[in-house]
Amino acid sequence: MENTENRSYDRGLEPAVFGLWLGIGSIAMMFAAFTSAYIVRQGQGNWLEFRLPEWFFISTLIILLSSLTIHLSYKHFLNGNTRQYKQLYLITFILGLGFVVTQYLGWTAMHQGGVELTGNPSGSFVYVISGVHALHVLGGLAALAVGVLQLFVLPHVVSRKRKTRFKMMVQYWHFVDILWIYLVLFFMFQ
Amino acid sequence: MAQTQVAVKDATDQLIEKYGFDDHFHDHHDGDKYQTNFITHYIFSMDHKMIAKQFLTTGIFWAIIGGLLSLIFRLQLGFPEENMAWLKPFLGKWVVLNDAGIGSISPEFYYAMVTMHGTILVFFVLTAGLSGTFANLLIPLQIGARDMASPFLNMLSYWFFFLAGLVLFFSLFLSTGAFSGGWVAYPPLSALPQASSGSGAGMTMWLLSLTLFVVSVLLGGINYVTTILNLRTRGLSMWRLPLTIWALLVTAILGLLSFPVLVSGFLLLFFDRSVGTSFYLSEIFIGGQALDHVGGSPILYQHLFWFLGHPEVYIIILPAMGIVSEVLAIHSRKPIFGYKAMVFSILAIGFLSFLVWAHHMFVSGINPYMAMIFVLFTLIIAVPSAVKVFNWLATLYGGSIRFNSANLYAIGFVSMFISGGLTGIFLGNSAIDIQLHDTYFVVAHFHIVMGVAAFFGMFAGVYHWYPKMYGRFMNEFLGKIHFWVTLVGAYLIFWPMHYLGIAGVPRRYYSFDSFETFSHFSGMNQFITVSAILVFVAQLVFVINFFYSIWYGKKMKVKNPYGATSLEWTTPIKTGHGNWPGKIPTVHRWAYDYSKGDRDFIPQIEPLSEEEKENMASH
Repeated sequence: MENTENRSYDRGLEPAVFGLWLGIGSIAMMFAAFTSAYIVRQGQGNWLEFRLPEWFFISTLIILLSSLTIHLSYKHFLNGNTRQYKQLYLITFILGLGFVVTQYLGWTAMHQGGVELTGNPSGSFVYVISGVHALHVLGGLAALAVGVLQLFVLPHVVSRKRKTRFKMMVQYWHFVDILWIYLVLFFMFQ
Repeated sequence: MAQTQVAVKDATDQLIEKYGFDDHFHDHHDGDKYQTNFITHYIFSMDHKMIAKQFLTTGIFWAIIGGLLSLIFRLQLGFPEENMAWLKPFLGKWVVLNDAGIGSISPEFYYAMVTMHGTILVFFVLTAGLSGTFANLLIPLQIGARDMASPFLNMLSYWFFFLAGLVLFFSLFLSTGAFSGGWVAYPPLSALPQASSGSGAGMTMWLLSLTLFVVSVLLGGINYVTTILNLRTRGLSMWRLPLTIWALLVTAILGLLSFPVLVSGFLLLFFDRSVGTSFYLSEIFIGGQALDHVGGSPILYQHLFWFLGHPEVYIIILPAMGIVSEVLAIHSRKPIFGYKAMVFSILAIGFLSFLVWAHHMFVSGINPYMAMIFVLFTLIIAVPSAVKVFNWLATLYGGSIRFNSANLYAIGFVSMFISGGLTGIFLGNSAIDIQLHDTYFVVAHFHIVMGVAAFFGMFAGVYHWYPKMYGRFMNEFLGKIHFWVTLVGAYLIFWPMHYLGIAGVPRRYYSFDSFETFSHFSGMNQFITVSAILVFVAQLVFVINFFYSIWYGKKMKVKNPYGATSLEWTTPIKTGHGNWPGKIPTVHRWAYDYSKGDRDFIPQIEPLSEEEKENMASH
């Protein structure tokens, strides 16, 4: 959304940020559909009950922590504390990678525990839903990677453009975090 | 450039000059950056007006293809005994010759044609071709914006649509045939490659194409909503928006909320097809062999599909409603009747569209008590729909109506919407639906109410805004021939289908040879087929008129040929990038000040007069 300077009338919100929210709304609808499908299918019986792999709880802690670090990184970016901003940003990136790795370990643990992707739909749902979520985290990681590159290349300037980009990154990252917490709670209690 | 184009300043230019808002667009180093050479101007264009034309011409291409496919299966339905050998040069092995040399269309091909006709018309023509065209053309022009919020995403939106079309088009030529399980793609026909010859590669390409299509809709939708809510010019509050923009806004929101659900459904379908999961597939035997799939639920797919599928019909009809409201008001020289009621009914239709999906599944085995709830919400939709119809008629009432092609199509839309809407009340009742479900009554209902009606809205829009797109008018005489043949012909095609449906003739069947009870309908089926051919020929008149007029149509000599109030008619005749050569106009009033006092119309850019201010204050 590069055309922000074309608008004639300032309504106090960056169109790009608003566009991101719409995108987030769409992604949320996709997961609402997945979890509704899960409930409908579960209600029809022949449903295998199993415990979520422990790795999923570790990954939950990791992504929670990464939300905190990216939030603090953004604060330090705004306040001009270059060292803290860079450190926390890099930590966020590493934690993001850690999340994907622990998800993978979780799937492996499910597989070893006898819950197969092609087995009872209860297991298939967990694989597919957490897999699609992981893809959205990977998308976020790709954007974070661009940020990591900029962090080494660009000087620390709080321009309007960079502020907006960083803010959008933070918002998206919080979103995939909250989405995962919803999914874990859903899998545990539904 | 700005200086040469507005050498002669008319009253509109002076108003913009005086009250407009200077955003320094043309001083800005990248303000005009998008159009530099042939490729960036005509192909990978980021200008919303060019993208609108791309959507429209691609939509016309698909409409011709989709119409031709329907003629092929109508030939089979109308003349099942005739020799179709003459089609062999076009259709090759899909026309099967018997020992006597008599050719007939193969059943697989017939089913593929039915499926592709539905897919193409619903998604490629009436979604992308209709809202893609008019959202792109009208949103920036009518809200006073230089372009979309993100011209780049806008360009991507078209090219994803193009790619989706390419994949679907290619699938028509597969040796195993295109997908043939119906446009709704219910499993198991869509989930098992061995179910029919089109369920293999044909279905894989169908799925890929539709997924690309959803990407296009989402990129477009994010852009449309963001642009409408954030880039309106000064003074253009939501309550001053033309109804086209309200309709396009709600359409885009519906798309953003419902298409992701379809993606979820498709993803699970993909896993069933290609990975071996059992989301939709339960215990199935093929050729005496039990498949590995256990415990899936085909009903689950229907829920996910129709959660998109029902909002989708409003995604199709709402832009047409917006266009019709605008065209009727302008060509009746009257303010639209009940503006706020129109807006609230658009919002109500949009909201209710998410609560009615299971009325497509009344005979799929859902709980009758659940069905009751869906009957209730379905019938409630009649209320905002009736509000709209009443307001259109009241807008026409007592107006000085211009019977040009655009307005004829707008009036025709109202006719079609009433005829098709009334049969919706029959189908919305779960009890009557037991008899009517999957019969020609359904075919007649949805073709009239969302097929023909949406086409009428689209034609009204094309005839009306053609000068804005190409700087020339379409031929009025040909336009009227096109209108009358299409109006009468569409009723001739679909009216008899109601009788077929009430008699219980099921849709989608290849032939009724073995049904003695339907044998007396063969004359009616022939009549329908002949009418369909006639209507198709009339559409060619439109196509010829459309392309002829691009180069040879009557030139548009004034900026505002219809005497319309909205902002798109304040731009230069040849609208360049950025839409206004100098300042951006600001808005001082709503979009429907027609026949006010002694004035024929007052444009939105004109400030309130002293008298009007006094009237406002005294209210």
